[in-house]
Amino acid sequence: MKPVFEYTQGMRDKETHYCPGCSHGVAHRLIMEVLVERGELGKAIGVSPVGCSITAHQYLNVDMIESPHGRAPAVAAGIKRVHPKAQVFTYQGDGDLASIGGNEILHSAERGEKICTFFINNAIYGMTGGQMAPTTLIGQKATTCPYGRDLDNYGLPMKMAEIVSCMDLAVYVERVALNTPANIRKAKQAINRAFEVQKLGLGYAFVEILSACPTNWGLQPAKAMEWVTRNMIPYFPLGQLCCPEEVK
Amino acid sequence: MAKGIIKLRQDICKACELCVSVCPKGVLGLDPVAFNKKSYHPVTVINPDECIACANCAIICPDGVINVYKED
Ligand SMILES: Cc1ncc(C[n+]2csc(CCOP(=O)(O)OP(=O)(O)O)c2C)c(N)n1
Ligand code: SF4
Ligand code: SF4
Ligand code: SF4
Ligand SMILES: [Mg+2]
Repeated sequence: MKPVFEYTQGMRDKETHYCPGCSHGVAHRLIMEVLVERGELGKAIGVSPVGCSITAHQYLNVDMIESPHGRAPAVAAGIKRVHPKAQVFTYQGDGDLASIGGNEILHSAERGEKICTFFINNAIYGMTGGQMAPTTLIGQKATTCPYGRDLDNYGLPMKMAEIVSCMDLAVYVERVALNTPANIRKAKQAINRAFEVQKLGLGYAFVEILSACPTNWGLQPAKAMEWVTRNMIPYFPLGQLCCPEEVK
Repeated sequence: MAKGIIKLRQDICKACELCVSVCPKGVLGLDPVAFNKKSYHPVTVINPDECIACANCAIICPDGVINVYKED
């Protein structure tokens, strides 16, 4: 019997508290699979956010630290300066990264911090019960826009990958999605490129990962994945915004 | 096509059915009778002979329930 897929040793043997069908579990696993396959599990230091993944440090089998809301990139920048050989990464939701942490993320990108950011965009504040996020789509319902986000009142959803890619020292920026097995495979390759960029010391690496929050979207998990396909990907197009020659 | 073998950790399945939705061969389904300790009807193999070991189910499972093997 030959193994085709075995759950990665990079995840601790612990059940997660995430809702059924939540993309956080897949995002966690991919980051850990990449670190295991690169032989860098012992070299990695992660920074977990405030949001549903506040407990990521209980699941990922690497050294991790919890940061104040939105401040993960600032914490990671400090860690990287003290441990320049470590693979330092932040794991952040859209409320954490695009809202309260909008300042930190832009300045980390602008300074070209040699860290990786994995940005879990599920277009909602998951943990706090489904409030509108900066990435909530036009027409999407949230507890703070029960009739759907409207342009006049709230403007347009923020395309964080595009915004970050404007910073010249953000050398690798890609947007991926976890809605299908094929896209999950591509997302893993993007995570690997991000760590390779950091290993080579090329600059800041940012991977936006379109994800599902079935609970707060009020959709069955499989329907939530269809919702990513039909509504999120057309507004947040997948692909590389910039990528250094060395990791292409 | 290689014959696949599915191993499940049914005790930690959350019955989200994502694996069921991406299986090209209708191999998986929720057990309509049994409950796991989380009170979900866990995933089970309903058509074992059909599995082609594509691993779609394991790749999309958020909870590490599914391991996939191939017959030698
Ligand atoms: C300083 C501070 N302000 C507000 C909150 C409340 N709060 C907790 S999580 C969260 C947003 C989480 O949303 P997101 O980052 O998208 O993560 P998700 O739960 O969707 O993964 C907010 C506003 C807090 N914990 N701390
Ligand atoms: S509320 Fe949403 S993001 Fe949070 S665990 Fe549940 S599905 Fe995941
Ligand atoms: S490996 Fe492929 S064919 Fe087998 S159960 Fe999983 S999805 Fe279905
Ligand atoms: S995807 Fe995983 S958690 Fe969801 S039903 Fe299938 S085995 Fe269970
Ligand atoms: Mg969110």
